[in-house]
Amino acid sequence: MSHDPQNEVSPKTIEQVYRPMTRRTFLKGAAASMVGVAGLMAALKPLLELDSGAITLDELLQKHYRQLTPEDLRRIMDNLAAKAEKEHGVRPTLRDLKPLDGVEFGYALNLTRCIGCRKCAHACLAENNQSRANPDDIEMSYIRVLELDKGAINLETSNVYYNPETVPQPDKYYMPVQCHQCRQAPCTKVCPVQATWQEKDGIVVVDYNWCIGCRYCMAACPYDARRFNYQKPTIAKEQINPNQTYLSNRIRPKGVVEKCTFCLHRTRDGKYPACLEVCPTGARVFGNLLDPDSEINYILKNKRVYILKEDVGTQPRFYYFFDK
Amino acid sequence: MRDYLTFLFRVWRLSFQGSWKFYAWMSVLTVVALIGLHAWARQFVDGLQTTGMTNQVSWGAYIANFTFLVGVAAAAVMLVIPAYIYKKEHMHEVVLFGELLAIAVIVMCLLFVTVDLGRPDRFHHMIPPFGIFNFPGSILSWDVIVLNGYLLLNLHIAGYLLYCRYRHQKPTKKFYIPFVFLSIAWAVSIHTVTAFLYVGLAGRSYWHHPLVPSRFLASAFVAGPALMILTFQIIRRVTNYFIGDQPIFTLRMIMTVAMIINMFLLACELFTEFYSPTQHAAAAHYLYFGLHGYSGLVPWIWTAIVLDVIGLTLLITPASRRILWLNVACITCFVGIWIEKGMGLIIPGFVPSPLGQIVEYLPTLNETLVCLGIWAFGLLMFSWMLHVAIPIMNGSLRDRPELAAQIN
Repeated sequence: MSHDPQNEVSPKTIEQVYRPMTRRTFLKGAAASMVGVAGLMAALKPLLELDSGAITLDELLQKHYRQLTPEDLRRIMDNLAAKAEKEHGVRPTLRDLKPLDGVEFGYALNLTRCIGCRKCAHACLAENNQSRANPDDIEMSYIRVLELDKGAINLETSNVYYNPETVPQPDKYYMPVQCHQCRQAPCTKVCPVQATWQEKDGIVVVDYNWCIGCRYCMAACPYDARRFNYQKPTIAKEQINPNQTYLSNRIRPKGVVEKCTFCLHRTRDGKYPACLEVCPTGARVFGNLLDPDSEINYILKNKRVYILKEDVGTQPRFYYFFDK
Repeated sequence: MRDYLTFLFRVWRLSFQGSWKFYAWMSVLTVVALIGLHAWARQFVDGLQTTGMTNQVSWGAYIANFTFLVGVAAAAVMLVIPAYIYKKEHMHEVVLFGELLAIAVIVMCLLFVTVDLGRPDRFHHMIPPFGIFNFPGSILSWDVIVLNGYLLLNLHIAGYLLYCRYRHQKPTKKFYIPFVFLSIAWAVSIHTVTAFLYVGLAGRSYWHHPLVPSRFLASAFVAGPALMILTFQIIRRVTNYFIGDQPIFTLRMIMTVAMIINMFLLACELFTEFYSPTQHAAAAHYLYFGLHGYSGLVPWIWTAIVLDVIGLTLLITPASRRILWLNVACITCFVGIWIEKGMGLIIPGFVPSPLGQIVEYLPTLNETLVCLGIWAFGLLMFSWMLHVAIPIMNGSLRDRPELAAQIN
């Protein structure tokens, strides 16, 4: 295709080379465009299956939780409650509980007492309205109970899918892991849109209406404490806990991250977290780190306390301790 | 201004002129891109359950491809440096193609990040003033800035130079030289920041490793030039634009040096991981040998290592002075690095999980189609840009449009 410019005929412009629009070229162009548009429509066809109200203008324009006025928040929560009723058949009591003054929550777990019964993981599920394939599906529970070999604290050889006849097994011990509500939380640091942050009382929360679902926080968490809604949550009507708050256990939308909030809808209301209440051995201790007389402070001062992955520098508010 | 509009109009007209081969190629790419779009629409409706990702392995093929492609985009700088810093005349004839490649690849990167989002409808949350930008805390927000900045830089440089070519005008230095130099530093930054995305995570010991950014750059400066060498030969074959052997052999030299460094750094990494049997090496064990009976990535990584070694051997021996063997080296290096920097870097970061669980990951069909769609779209963009740019580069768009139309 090489050419010698010297021997070429006089130059023309591109407009002369490609003749002006004729009926023929017009029809050809139109046919090609039709094929193109049809292809595009076919490609986007699944979008027709979107539920009506899956994406509303209101939600698209909604601001970050911390920028909302109380009236805005009230209106949004009313909409969310109505939506939950429409989609799941139960109208929740949706509240917004603020952190209490002079309170910083801490949690300690007695590894000597824990028997690995997983009651806490199930209670978490019953309390927090996570998605589940069936009532026994605890994949989305915020608590993973590890079965460890006695003689070491080796997570690498731990097992979360243990299933013996009875617990505890003689050669094993058990370590439930949930969000450690870190003081130096890697998850809040990496979030590109500040959809997750630490509240005044130390609880790390997620604004489910702001999260873009990039899952960077999941990559950052050293405790595997975050869960992602890979699908629209599935939960049976009778399993829904209607006592909900905006920042904790309300039924999540598809495509966002969720996590343990120390049951803030309970704990900011003067109750214990669900996992503590259900524990049959009393292995769990929850309280206010700022209160010098609290049980949690007694444990931190007097027991042999172990911090999981202390080397990562996250400074958790969740502690393990040993009795004997 | 009027002239510029005429220019744009001509570019537009030219986009639809070509041989049947051009039409066939572009149609195939369009169809694959539309299939990918369809798969993504499916994913948008059903959620990311259409992918193979789980709570344990929460990033997969999308982020793997993203990471690899950022490197390819950054490697455009390997044409810019010889052309502008070492003033190699022969590189000036091809440097533009590197910039165009960077544009296409950055767009692919942005697409790969977008399809990875669980809520793409909330994309604007990242864009101030509509959203809140967690800057400078989140490395992801840095990445958004550097990637888009690099895209704009290259759009400006390539667009300006092309328009000057079209007008037979010598480009005014102050309008592009500062940006060229900025783009050199910027190219390094896009890949370094992308590496910092992973390196910054102290909880994932497989990533929390100071060698990662250096290896990123070294492998990028292999994969990018490899792709350029192949592209130059395609341009040479199907268009009337002349590219000599010189730029190809300059790139060969760059590739060789970068590949030696890359393999050396790999050896350092392997030594550190395996000499002392620490728990931190669990991910590397999983990748190279399998762990507790799980070995999903083992065939992948050894394929990559074999390809890398073949590539390196060809590059450092005189064999690759022959174009045929050079091409083999380019292909093996490109594929090898795609595997080790994609799946080989991202997935072991999640296996075993921080609590020691092993959940393996395999992309689903739908996920694969989305990936293929983005690759096809990237190729489509790059083909279109070359199709339009070459008649501008050789002057035929303005002077001899009948020739412009002949090219593929």
